[in-house]
Amino acid sequence: MRIKLQKSLAPNLVSQTLIPIVAILASLFFCAIFFVLTGRDPVEVYSAMFLGALGSEYGISETFVKMIPLALCGLGIAVAFRMHLWNIGAEGQFYMGACAATWIPLSFPNLPFMLMIPTMIIMGALGGGLWGLLAGWFKTKWQVDEIISTLMMNYIGILWVDFLVYGAWRDPNGKNFPLTAAFPQSAMLPTFGSLRVHYGIFFVLLIAAVLWIIFKKSKWGYETLVIGSNPVAARYAGINIKSNVLLTMFISGALCGIAGMVEVSVVVGKLQPGISPGYGYTAIIVAWLARLHPIAIIGVAFLFAIIHVGGFMLQTMGMPSATATMLQGAMLFFVVGSEILTKYEIKFTSSKEGEKNE
Amino acid sequence: MAGIPLISMRNIVKRFPGVTANDQINLDLHSGQIHALLGENGSGKTTLMSILTGLYRPTEGFISVCGEEKKFASPRDAIDSGIGMVHQHFKLIESFTVAENIALSQSSNSFLLSQEEVVEDIEKLGEKYGMSVNPRSYVWQLSVGEKQRVEILRMLYRNSKVLILDEPTAVLTPQETKELFLNLRKMANDGCAVVFISHKLNEVLELADKITVLRAGKVAGCFDRNDTNRYGLIEMMIGRKISVAQSGTKGEALGETVLEIDDISALNDVGTLGLNGLSLKVRAGEIYGIAGVSGNGQRELAEVLAGLRPVKSGNIKFYGEEITGMSPKNMIERGISYVPEDRLGMGLVPSLNSCENVILKEYDKPKYSQGWWIKEQAAVAATKAIVEKFDVRMGSIFQPVKMMSGGNLQKLLLGREIASKPKLMIVLYPVRGLDIGAIESVHKLLLQLKEANTAIILVSEELEEIAELSDRVGVIFSGKILGEFLIKDLDMERVGSLMAGVVEDKGESV
Repeated sequence: MRIKLQKSLAPNLVSQTLIPIVAILASLFFCAIFFVLTGRDPVEVYSAMFLGALGSEYGISETFVKMIPLALCGLGIAVAFRMHLWNIGAEGQFYMGACAATWIPLSFPNLPFMLMIPTMIIMGALGGGLWGLLAGWFKTKWQVDEIISTLMMNYIGILWVDFLVYGAWRDPNGKNFPLTAAFPQSAMLPTFGSLRVHYGIFFVLLIAAVLWIIFKKSKWGYETLVIGSNPVAARYAGINIKSNVLLTMFISGALCGIAGMVEVSVVVGKLQPGISPGYGYTAIIVAWLARLHPIAIIGVAFLFAIIHVGGFMLQTMGMPSATATMLQGAMLFFVVGSEILTKYEIKFTSSKEGEKNE
Repeated sequence: MAGIPLISMRNIVKRFPGVTANDQINLDLHSGQIHALLGENGSGKTTLMSILTGLYRPTEGFISVCGEEKKFASPRDAIDSGIGMVHQHFKLIESFTVAENIALSQSSNSFLLSQEEVVEDIEKLGEKYGMSVNPRSYVWQLSVGEKQRVEILRMLYRNSKVLILDEPTAVLTPQETKELFLNLRKMANDGCAVVFISHKLNEVLELADKITVLRAGKVAGCFDRNDTNRYGLIEMMIGRKISVAQSGTKGEALGETVLEIDDISALNDVGTLGLNGLSLKVRAGEIYGIAGVSGNGQRELAEVLAGLRPVKSGNIKFYGEEITGMSPKNMIERGISYVPEDRLGMGLVPSLNSCENVILKEYDKPKYSQGWWIKEQAAVAATKAIVEKFDVRMGSIFQPVKMMSGGNLQKLLLGREIASKPKLMIVLYPVRGLDIGAIESVHKLLLQLKEANTAIILVSEELEEIAELSDRVGVIFSGKILGEFLIKDLDMERVGSLMAGVVEDKGESV
């Protein structure tokens, strides 16, 4: 008797939704083993995380604050991934967007709010978008693998921001800290009352809705889907792959750049090193777990924000900050690993026939 | 040549889901012999050799080496039994040197390898068989012919007694081919058994001692070189005597010239001339049948017309307009439709549903879209119409098309192309893999399209199909149309010799 995986032709909807949920529970259980081994009560750990993230007005507000950049970057990544264009450069595009947006309040501090914010958004989108476009151009011009180029350009983007805030853009009145001057009020996105959660949430909702419609109904969404699914058929159908690579990399980067703009505009209020604790990387997991579905990305981003904020709570209990990272890693591992069960059926057979060695 | 064969394959059956690729095949390989394996694409040659080299396990049957039954659990076992193969696509590491590539394949017991020893051995082997390659040069620096030599040296280096070469001459110049043949003969004289896979009759007849013809997964015949001739082999390959009754009413009352191809050349995937000075004309309402052994430039011709393959020289006119080198989109816009042989690989997107596949080539025409948006209703309606009109059977039009059967995929694909009202259609092997019912309906569709005054180029390996549908027949060989016939003058004997590359009936080859 042998156990064999057979490709199932018709993945059914129940297993497709149920399996990821079971996988997430399994990953929580898996991490619980480590908590027990280190002498913690896993129930206590998880409830502390949950309450930390959602048990207070402050916690909820913080969770949304983390969710916004994760969701925006996740949406940007989904645009590229749908075309099987592996943009790993959300982090760098986030920094370049933040940097380009910062240029407006630093150079034109007297612009009124209604002019300041839109130009900052445009600059943020351009900064991230052009950074992504550059990698796309390398790909179309010299077949440079976008995984490598976007990944390496992350470091350039991050260090470029360091270069500016340690040098030309350093606040002369800032006691020599590597920060730009704080933005004028007109360059800050409004928040909800005294909470830190801000209007960036509308960007998330708007962009997710627009992408959802574009993916489902637009010609461009159709083109990228065909290119991603079967590039040979795309070429056969007369779809221009090169220009779509460029456009997609630009839009993907632009959305990540907008995430950076939102972050400097309201959460930080100035440009400084380390504005992102790796949102651009975590967002890859977010997009992937959400199967690139724009609405699902919001949900998964929210889940990851809970882990993030709950992770802070764990640090106050004396646990290492890596706990949250471990949870994220375990979730990715289990959900991606379980994907084989949605694509394949387990069959028990007794014969050995028709098998391929390799 | 009596005695125990070096390799004996007995009653080999290999089934893949839905296909029997090899059906009760027997094959004996003797040392000192060059054995040609002849057959069209898809006749099971590659599968059979994959079994012999341990890549596949046979569903039934067994292999014995020197009279001893063996089970190959992996390619390594086959290599250890002295079986080596040169694949059509070379399996070399470009950034390694020749010596490194060859040393890599050796299952040496010692942990450390002496680079110098390997280099010396290679030089000796190369000298012996007249295949000189610098062992220290990097593989990416080598020409295609040299890479092939490295592959052969690698087999010799690990003491392979059975040398399998999969269409080795496809990538070689005539001069290189000659050298290769001399070298292969030397190896056979040294006691190797050489297997030469090909569909080029001339070469097979020139080189082989023994010829096995495969057709549709079965052995169609096995001969000594001297007991056969090219006509016998062609008939064996395509499975029937070349003689077909024709209906006489065709070839008349045709419209204006739609397509005029003048002396075009284009490269194939391995970088040699796939099309080499091909010319032809097709008129509206005409079916132009292209007969020929597959692999003689049929796919390259179709891809040139679809804008998918660059043209090296020559020009193409469509309704008098020069369209040489235009993009796929431009070709589609002019009403040129290409129905590829590879339905799921090129013609359709397997993971998308029928509606999404129906709009594939026309999604940006007003029919299916408005401004930025796809008209979903129109796509669904068009799909339903195609499904009904062309009798496509499937679970649901919203399921991925990869779940459909081959016949229904072909009907969906043809339905889509016909619905786009093309002015010229080039269709490759439209009935390959279909059952009789599906074949009939596909033929009916093509004839209806002809009635609608479309010019059609029909590429097929079934001579009967071509004779039945075509108004004119051209025979393609080595990227050229060697001869043309009006259907009423169709001379099957001459078609057969042209397919083998023989222009005069004197047995002279091109």
